[in-house]
Amino acid sequence: MSADTSQPPKLFEAREPIFPKRVSGAFRRFKWWIMAVTLGIYYLTPWIRWDRGPNLPDQAVLVDLANRRFYFFMIEIWSHEFYFVAGLLIMAGLGLFLFTSALGRVWCGYACPQTVWTDLFILVERWIEGDRNARIRLWRQKYDLRKWRLRLTKWFVWLMIAVATGGAWVFYFADAPTLLVDLFTGQAAFVAYASVAVLTATTFVFGGFMREQICIYACPWPRIQAAMMDEETITVAYRDWRGEPRSHGKKRDATEPHGDCIDCNACVAVCPMGIDIRDGQQMECITCALCIDACDEIMDKIGKPRGLIDYCTLGDEVRERAGEKPIPAWKHIIRPRTILYTVLWAGIGIALIVGLFIRSDIEMTVSPIRNPTFITLSDGTVRNAYDVRLRNKTGDNRDFRLSLTSEAPLRIRVSGTDLLSVPVAANETRVQRIFIEAKPGTDAAETHATDVTIWVEDLGSRERDSVETLFNGRN
Amino acid sequence: MAKRDDDDYPTTGHEWDGIREYDKPMPRWWVWCFYATIVFAIGYTIAYPAWPGITGATQGVLGYSTRGAVAEDIARYEAQNAGLISQINETELSTILETPELLQFANAGGAAVFRNNCSQCHGAGAAGAMGYYPNLLDDDWLWGGEVEQIHQTIAHGIRWDEDWDTRLSMMPAFGVDGILNDAEIEAVADYVISLSSSPAAGTLGETLYLDNCAACHMDNGMGEVELGAPNLTDAIWLYGGDKASVVETITYSRAGVMPAWADRLSEAEVKQVAVYVHSLGGGQ
Ligand code: HEC
Ligand code: HEC
Repeated sequence: MSADTSQPPKLFEAREPIFPKRVSGAFRRFKWWIMAVTLGIYYLTPWIRWDRGPNLPDQAVLVDLANRRFYFFMIEIWSHEFYFVAGLLIMAGLGLFLFTSALGRVWCGYACPQTVWTDLFILVERWIEGDRNARIRLWRQKYDLRKWRLRLTKWFVWLMIAVATGGAWVFYFADAPTLLVDLFTGQAAFVAYASVAVLTATTFVFGGFMREQICIYACPWPRIQAAMMDEETITVAYRDWRGEPRSHGKKRDATEPHGDCIDCNACVAVCPMGIDIRDGQQMECITCALCIDACDEIMDKIGKPRGLIDYCTLGDEVRERAGEKPIPAWKHIIRPRTILYTVLWAGIGIALIVGLFIRSDIEMTVSPIRNPTFITLSDGTVRNAYDVRLRNKTGDNRDFRLSLTSEAPLRIRVSGTDLLSVPVAANETRVQRIFIEAKPGTDAAETHATDVTIWVEDLGSRERDSVETLFNGRN
Repeated sequence: MAKRDDDDYPTTGHEWDGIREYDKPMPRWWVWCFYATIVFAIGYTIAYPAWPGITGATQGVLGYSTRGAVAEDIARYEAQNAGLISQINETELSTILETPELLQFANAGGAAVFRNNCSQCHGAGAAGAMGYYPNLLDDDWLWGGEVEQIHQTIAHGIRWDEDWDTRLSMMPAFGVDGILNDAEIEAVADYVISLSSSPAAGTLGETLYLDNCAACHMDNGMGEVELGAPNLTDAIWLYGGDKASVVETITYSRAGVMPAWADRLSEAEVKQVAVYVHSLGGGQ
């Protein structure tokens, strides 16, 4: 059919509903496992406890926005150490690059939340409304009591899953057991309810109704991925040189020669994206491999070798068409490009781990007061002021002692007290004004600038930290 | 379900290197979202101030205004701080300095008051300006560096005629009023400058000083805070410690004026800013 240009083009198009059929096989089993593990991690993690002592929360994974702390098992990250999170995000990015260049859209096909939750929703749909044919029949028929009952049950179960999903999210941001009680007694903060509501709505709508449309229209990742794949990237493909010409039934007996494809449409029926893999590589394909399982089952039945639809690469296609052997899988995976990604990924990972272990429990930053740069006291002493920010990352109240080292005979004083030690409460930051003074007539008082190092020492653990800064004299 | 074949769609007619651009319809949900935004926009302009008129804009049926929102925020913070403010009002200044919680609150509030009301003269960093406004960071005080004295200075001002309790004192203009002649002024200026290092005893300057100046600046030159007469022996000069500046000071006199704040700021604000100034590093 050619384009009918006499009619004005339609401005919108209804979604074609998709009714994925049940399938069994190695990849389907693998996907069930991944679903169980990822959902398990998501729902259970906030409930893991981790003892950090009396002053700190005992939740293993906690994003404490109010106090700007991130707890991950034995690791505690403060907001100024956000670069760890940035590092993790870069690693996640490189990880995706690595997997994409080696294995194509595995993320989309197996691990993406959109895929996992949609899979779960389709599972529920199948339990309640039956498999593909039953669902198509139900879809076609008018709404009667049975259809209403099935639809409402399905929507209700979806909604429960969605509430649980939105509910689990907020537990990452507050003490989970307390928040659970608060949520049910109406004591929780408004943002908690709002987050649950928004995530419930998105889960319900994305998993139940939008499904593949999210991947096709909303998600930028498929488009970025296209740039990272090459001829050696493993992807799901149909061996049309083996399958074509396809035929079935009487026609099959009549056509000679015929390919292995018996045009049973099993691969189309199971596809959650509603495409026909036999049309070749398509933007919609998330490489979930369910068509491989479906086709293998048929091939077993008709006594043909498996792999009419299979994981393979564009490079192999050319080789196979020419009658050569495909190159082994490990050669697809271990290539200069993937090695480079792995090295970068591991490099950042090692840097982060080293960074984590050389962090100390106390920390100091110094901001010199530059308005004014110095003042003169009545006896001619030249004084500079500094705001030091003292961080006590331990779970106990500690006394921090300040001192300085310098070539010049300078003196350090803490504003508001004659002592040189300041108490810093557990898990707190304290900003303290300090003064450094040079006696009148000394070099430091009269020259432009002198180097000084300010030291802070935790009197409890004897840990130290230091910052280099400048002392400004009169000139 | 079978999808429509791509060849069914018209193209825009554009073609680059064999790549044609389809003229495909928008997905239905997208179109509906688009309509929804239009409906939302209309509702928004009804609910909130939006359409400009000649003298003003429509107010919106919700009665919202950004000014009103700020006023609400301010009222909320004030309600939050009311307890601490009344504590500040009731507590002695010296006690505030010893109560960490009140001290922190007073310092924070005082810093804000200072930035709004004082920094235009004394500078954002409180370092003052040579020849005009004293540096409030150092340990030298014209009118005293104890927190009560600082409070008195701020509340009633200095040479501020509108306030009956203002700090008053007037150094005579020795040159202009003809009390001392040029030579005498030179001599007493030399003596005043020598006070900071080794006083030039037995000179004409010393005699003139003891006769004319000691009443306010004291025999030893240490000054008198009751009179706002500065210490002349230290390293700090408001109006300059070089010969020319000192001669000018003696000839024409100096009389810095600072407004009184008791009638412009609340009681708590004056107390807070006094504590803040005291905590800057020079408080006694
Ligand atoms: C119009 C300019 C001006 C403003 C505004 C001003 N001051 Fe002053 N202030 C002065 C001057 C001038 C003096 C010095 C008066 C003198 O020479 O005795 C002074 C002196 C002082 C002193 C006494 C210093 C000493 O050595 O004893 C204090 C304390 C002080 N100001 C605090 C403040 C505070 C706090 C504010 C804001 C609430 C403020 N000032 C606002 C001009 C100002
Ligand atoms: C009536 C009291 C009084 C007498 C007498 C007096 N002074 Fe003063 N003097 C003051 C006051 C008050 C100030 C501060 C003016 C100001 O801050 O605006 C001052 C300021 C000064 C300053 C400026 C200090 C600085 O920090 O820059 C000098 C110098 C000075 N006097 C010298 C003299 C000398 C010399 C004499 C005698 C010839 C003298 N004064 C007599 C009250 C007096």
